[in-house]
Amino acid sequence: MRFFELIRFALGAIIAHPMRSILTSLGVVIGVAAVVMMTSIGLGAQQRVTSAIAGLGSNLVIVSPNFQRGPVSQGAGGGFSLRDGDVEAIAKQVENVAAVAPVVRGQVQLAAEGANWNTRIEGVTPDYLTARDLTIAGGRMFDEREARQGRKVLVVGPTVARELFGEDDPVGKRVRVRTVPFEIIGVLETKGQSGFGQDQDDLVLGPLSAVRSRIVGRRMRPDAVQTIYVKSTSADTLDRVQEDVINALREQHRIRPGDDDDFSTQNMASILQASQAAVATFTVLLAAVAAVSLVVGGVGIMNIMLVAVTERTREIGLRMAVGARRSDVLIQFAMESVALSLVGGIIGLTIGVAGAFGIAKLGNWPAAVPAWAGPLALGFSMMVGLVFGAYPSWRAARLDPIEALRRE
Amino acid sequence: MIEVRSLRKVYTMGGEDVAALAGVDLDIGRGEYVAVIGPSGSGKSTLMNILGGLDRPTSGAYRFEGEEVGGFLDDELADFRRRRIGFVFQSFQLLPRLTALQNVELPMIYGGMAPGERRARAAELLERVGLGGRMGHKPTQLSGGQQQRVAIARSLANRPDLLLADEPTGALDSHTGEEVLKLFHQLNDEGLTLMVVTHDPDVAAEAHRRVAFRDGLIVSDDRRVPA
Repeated sequence: MRFFELIRFALGAIIAHPMRSILTSLGVVIGVAAVVMMTSIGLGAQQRVTSAIAGLGSNLVIVSPNFQRGPVSQGAGGGFSLRDGDVEAIAKQVENVAAVAPVVRGQVQLAAEGANWNTRIEGVTPDYLTARDLTIAGGRMFDEREARQGRKVLVVGPTVARELFGEDDPVGKRVRVRTVPFEIIGVLETKGQSGFGQDQDDLVLGPLSAVRSRIVGRRMRPDAVQTIYVKSTSADTLDRVQEDVINALREQHRIRPGDDDDFSTQNMASILQASQAAVATFTVLLAAVAAVSLVVGGVGIMNIMLVAVTERTREIGLRMAVGARRSDVLIQFAMESVALSLVGGIIGLTIGVAGAFGIAKLGNWPAAVPAWAGPLALGFSMMVGLVFGAYPSWRAARLDPIEALRRE
Repeated sequence: MIEVRSLRKVYTMGGEDVAALAGVDLDIGRGEYVAVIGPSGSGKSTLMNILGGLDRPTSGAYRFEGEEVGGFLDDELADFRRRRIGFVFQSFQLLPRLTALQNVELPMIYGGMAPGERRARAAELLERVGLGGRMGHKPTQLSGGQQQRVAIARSLANRPDLLLADEPTGALDSHTGEEVLKLFHQLNDEGLTLMVVTHDPDVAAEAHRRVAFRDGLIVSDDRRVPA
């Protein structure tokens, strides 16, 4: 009851100087808006990284050659330490594996019906679709036999199909890769842009042996592969699979215990974790910088509250003379400071949310305003008001009524 | 009602102790109208502050209706001021942001009175001091005499036992001053105990009893039967 009356006094004082009140809370407005915007941007980044990594395929162990090993360069392409034999070893020895997919990559110029397109080519086996979570939109994927035989067939990404043939169905069309003619037998389902900003539809897939021997393999051993994707049957078995892959490859490469691997493995789950942790750290950092401005806003409020206490010394004395307790004065001024800060918080939250959506729209950035942004922003601004209003309110409450009434 | 015994108030100024009250004995009965006179620095304002619960004595006893006010804590003093005392100041001390009505309501808010009730009482009190038509005016829209009457209405809000006035006419011209004094008389006739601190002999002459101070001591206490 009495508390609400004290809040009424506080609001009355704020309304009495609208311009000053707005300027006072401006610091908190900026602080809260910055915190909300920064966390939203950070959260958006986190979602983007997550989807980018998920786009690589789920439950994957990625095996790559380790170029760091050996003091002497082994010549162009000689660094590829992975072989077809490794793929077979993994397929035979490691359990809980859904797919083992070796890959060689190259950048090539395609030519068909007068159109040209430069794109990424990947020499793969049919398992590659399973490993990378790709699907065929039209036509078909080449089978094991075609892959083994090195048939000159291609499955193209939607971007390549569009660039070379426009709206026409590319299936059955012929295309020259560098100078080698290939037949297109299938089109991939679109995957759109990756989280890293790369067009995931701009590639062609060919049988591993054909691509290796005719396109990219001129500089490497005939059985070399660049990357092996191993997909586990479930997320739970991923770590086991990674361990088993390492053991199988060490055995295959005859690496003595204690020696370093000549390959490296990355586990999708740990990549995801690591990058999410990185982004989270980044977000906290951004928010912390923004929070500094919130503190600056609090100092601004404290400053004006001290001015208000000085200005209204006589009012405080009079209130005490007519029966206000020191606690009444304390609460009145504390509420004034909290209200100033809270108004700033509400305005800042509005600006922050609008800003986050604005950035999302203009910057093509998936800024995500977290649901807890509202309560957190308001809670924080209330706290700022309390903390920075504490000293001025205490000063007001400690005034001697006789002195205060005498003040001009 | 009021019993003051060997009351002392000592201030330390520049390392030196100055006794504003050097041992005062005073009794004030219910319904009295007392003027306290004396030169500045004689201790009369200090006495008023202590009687009003704004200040504490250094030593001595101050009993109000048998209660030892001198030993009250801050909150007890605040409640004592609110329930027992009405203050009227030379400079009115109205809050400029509030209307006359809201100024009168203020003590009742701290008393926890319900909004409807206190508004009605504030209106009644303003009516009583002749400002029924000025309730919505801010202090700056009122003359000095009107402002002091609002202040008097405010001092009466919580039905005090004692009204303390410090140079209540000091900022008013003689005509409006007289109006204020007339109001004091009416209030005293209705049984309110009044103590007026003043320099002005004309104001002091209105009271039924004049207590003169000099150097922190009472030098004369002169009762006069009302004419």
